[in-house]
Amino acid sequence: MTARDLIPIAVLTVLAALLPLVVTSSLVLNFLVFMLIVALGAQGWNILGGFGGQFSFGHAAFFGTGAYVTAILQLRYGVNAWAGLVLAVAAGAAVGWVIGFLSFRSRLRGSYFALVTLAFAEVFRIIANAASFTGGAAGLLIKLDVRAANLQFDDRAVFYWLVLAFVVSVLLLTRWIQRSRFGAQLVAVRENEDAAKALGVNALTVKLRAIALSGGVTALSGCLYAQYFLYIDANIAYGSWISVELLLAPIIGGVGTVFGPVVGALTLHGLGEVAKQFAGRIPGIDLIVFGGVLVLAVAFARGGILGLLERLRDRGRGMVTRGPKEVSHAGR
Amino acid sequence: MYSPQIILEAALNGLMTGAVYALIALGLTLIYGVLHIINFAHGALLTCAMFAVWVAWAWLGMDPYLAILPLVPLMFVLGYGLQRFVIGPASHGDDGNILLVTLGLSIVLENVLLAVFQSDTRTLDTDYSFQVVALGPLLLSYPRLIGLGVAVVVTGLLWLVLNRTDTGKAIRAVAKEKLGANLVGIDVPHVYAVTFGLGCACLAVAAGLLMPTFYVNPRIGGAFVLVAFTVVVLGGMGSLPGALLGGLFIGVVESLCGLFLGDSLGQIGIFLIFIAVLLVRPTGLFGAKA
Amino acid sequence: MLAVDGVSKRFGGLMAVDGATLALQPGGIVGLIGPNGAGKTTLFSMISGFVAPTDGRIRFEGTDITAEEPHRRAERGIGRTFQIVQPFAGLTVCENIAVGAYLRHAKRADATAKARDVARRVGLGSELDRPAGGLTVAGRKRLELARALATEPKLLLLDEVLAGLNPSEIRDIIPVIRGIRDEGVTILMIEHVMQAVMNLCERVYVLAQGRMIAEGPPAVVCADTRVIEAYLGHGAAARLKAEGAVHG
Repeated sequence: MTARDLIPIAVLTVLAALLPLVVTSSLVLNFLVFMLIVALGAQGWNILGGFGGQFSFGHAAFFGTGAYVTAILQLRYGVNAWAGLVLAVAAGAAVGWVIGFLSFRSRLRGSYFALVTLAFAEVFRIIANAASFTGGAAGLLIKLDVRAANLQFDDRAVFYWLVLAFVVSVLLLTRWIQRSRFGAQLVAVRENEDAAKALGVNALTVKLRAIALSGGVTALSGCLYAQYFLYIDANIAYGSWISVELLLAPIIGGVGTVFGPVVGALTLHGLGEVAKQFAGRIPGIDLIVFGGVLVLAVAFARGGILGLLERLRDRGRGMVTRGPKEVSHAGR
Repeated sequence: MYSPQIILEAALNGLMTGAVYALIALGLTLIYGVLHIINFAHGALLTCAMFAVWVAWAWLGMDPYLAILPLVPLMFVLGYGLQRFVIGPASHGDDGNILLVTLGLSIVLENVLLAVFQSDTRTLDTDYSFQVVALGPLLLSYPRLIGLGVAVVVTGLLWLVLNRTDTGKAIRAVAKEKLGANLVGIDVPHVYAVTFGLGCACLAVAAGLLMPTFYVNPRIGGAFVLVAFTVVVLGGMGSLPGALLGGLFIGVVESLCGLFLGDSLGQIGIFLIFIAVLLVRPTGLFGAKA
Repeated sequence: MLAVDGVSKRFGGLMAVDGATLALQPGGIVGLIGPNGAGKTTLFSMISGFVAPTDGRIRFEGTDITAEEPHRRAERGIGRTFQIVQPFAGLTVCENIAVGAYLRHAKRADATAKARDVARRVGLGSELDRPAGGLTVAGRKRLELARALATEPKLLLLDEVLAGLNPSEIRDIIPVIRGIRDEGVTILMIEHVMQAVMNLCERVYVLAQGRMIAEGPPAVVCADTRVIEAYLGHGAAARLKAEGAVHG
């Protein structure tokens, strides 16, 4: 990675980190924390879906695993919340690896991979909803005990900074992926698996690494969700809503780009809030907007918002470079 | 232990529920077989149809079975329009895009229904909702028995449409060889839209058959769509008889799992079958695509 | 270095390759020719590991690789191009080639340097930053070649790299292939452009209906009765001879 790669990330980090000093409304901070948690999970989705081209419709499987592992370790085994966080990430990666191993071994891809991930998430949801170990349909309540050691803070801003730090770490991670051999091979597998194999790429290993990383990152966001809201149940943690959110953000923002998931999460939830302001009485109005934006993005903005911006920039440049040429033509 | 009679009754009940699953899956598999796309909005479209049946009953006092008659053309038109003017143009012919567009559509449809009807669960009752038919020692639900009969008839009709009419021939031609069909002058986007419309029309029938014994809320489609995917994968993507048999089988499995595992775990059998089929027989089911 | 020993492939009722045997010594260019549908590409796919043979063994540098995955064979030094070009359309030319270069160079800087080097050798030096999807047919063929070369193969399998090119493009690319050979890479090429085969190959194998029917220097093989009949039908050789006698 060069300095040029890191500058945008650094600038964004500083700006975002200063935000709680300006914004003191707990409502807005709440919104920002939730949005960053979604962004983090979406970054996880983007590693597999964006760089690897394997569209998962069931990332709730990882989000929920992160949330439940954190909660259960603390509640049932008295494990420290920070240790729980590490184990949650490991569990997410492991679940990812297993689902990946089963699916990629059977050469599932495209729509079939999407369906099988969806089914896995549903199986987890049904089990979590029925088993007493996971608190059944009543869910799990993490005891309120505000101490840094418990990953609970009385100031929302601190939690915001914590989630931001993780989001920035994953930005760096994805930037590294983009610049590494692993990333090149992952993108090659996305573009054409057979051609990649002929060039010595072990497609199965590359995809397994991607899904394990992806699962780990998304589990981290699930863990943070549990720690922030201190309550989870099967329909929250393993619900299809989160699978959808995690895939919407990168697709809207810019699939397979470093900033796409963050931009997408911000845009979607920003739009959702605006819609709620205008038509707060109507239930599901934000989701109507999400769905509409998804269809529009696929129809008119392949590459998402970042792709759109890039095209606008290129067009702008094209005009600049074309300008003088036309003049010289006229001169002749 | 359960007496054989209870198990048999559960199996028969499952068979009858399965018939409706088969109808739902029929539309899905037809769309898959011809357009080679997975229609994620299928569940939400079913919910639309179910609400339409409920509205016809609650506001117009129409019998749910009778409501099927006007609803079939309505759903056909809706499906035709969606494919022709939204899904087709928006997805630029890319599989991944189609998946996303239909997902987006399903989110929009579900939440529009939520906005209009709120999240309440609604039922309708007819005087035959709880009627039973005695078959020897077994008591079978009358509306479900009707569902089984109609599902078989509709599968037969659809088969006839595909195999005995010009439209059907065009559909099969497009399914087999899109480019060739285009070359001989078949309007491919039109055929796609007709197929999508037929798939949705199946949902109208399914909705009419479901409502006398089932309930509807804006999120109900999600529960059916995964079951329908399972049926389609199990029966072989694009196969009509496969969808019928797969639907019946899944209905029985669900009913028996519900009996032995309890309601909350009942559905897990379906998903495990789904995953297993996808993992174990991927080449047998869709090797041709690779 | 490569020994294909009685290899067969059956697709359902069709015997695509039937007991084909082939042996390559290090260095040189060997051609694999035959009429359409003879099973040449299938044989290539078996050598590179994309299709598992129904029967027979494949050895590379003395090791049995019959059951190895394609990427393992690439690591061993078997590179291939595809008849239907398979560029990573979303990536630039340089990034495409770098995927191959990463096989032997873990660092990005090294892999990119290698990619640029290879690109220059095959004449893509000026197209490095173009998206691969935007290349011409000839450009894509060169890209196929460059990617495979970037893996630093010992044996290079070229599947119709000249097909679809016009005569001047063929003239341009033939020295490139010869240059690769001169650096010590063994080449096995499927080719329909006979002028190129005559020009480049020291030896050719002829595959017809899945069977190896002839082997030897191109001039000799092309005069072989069995080969002529395989291409032109039964009795063709006799007719040709008769015509030759009349005209002679």
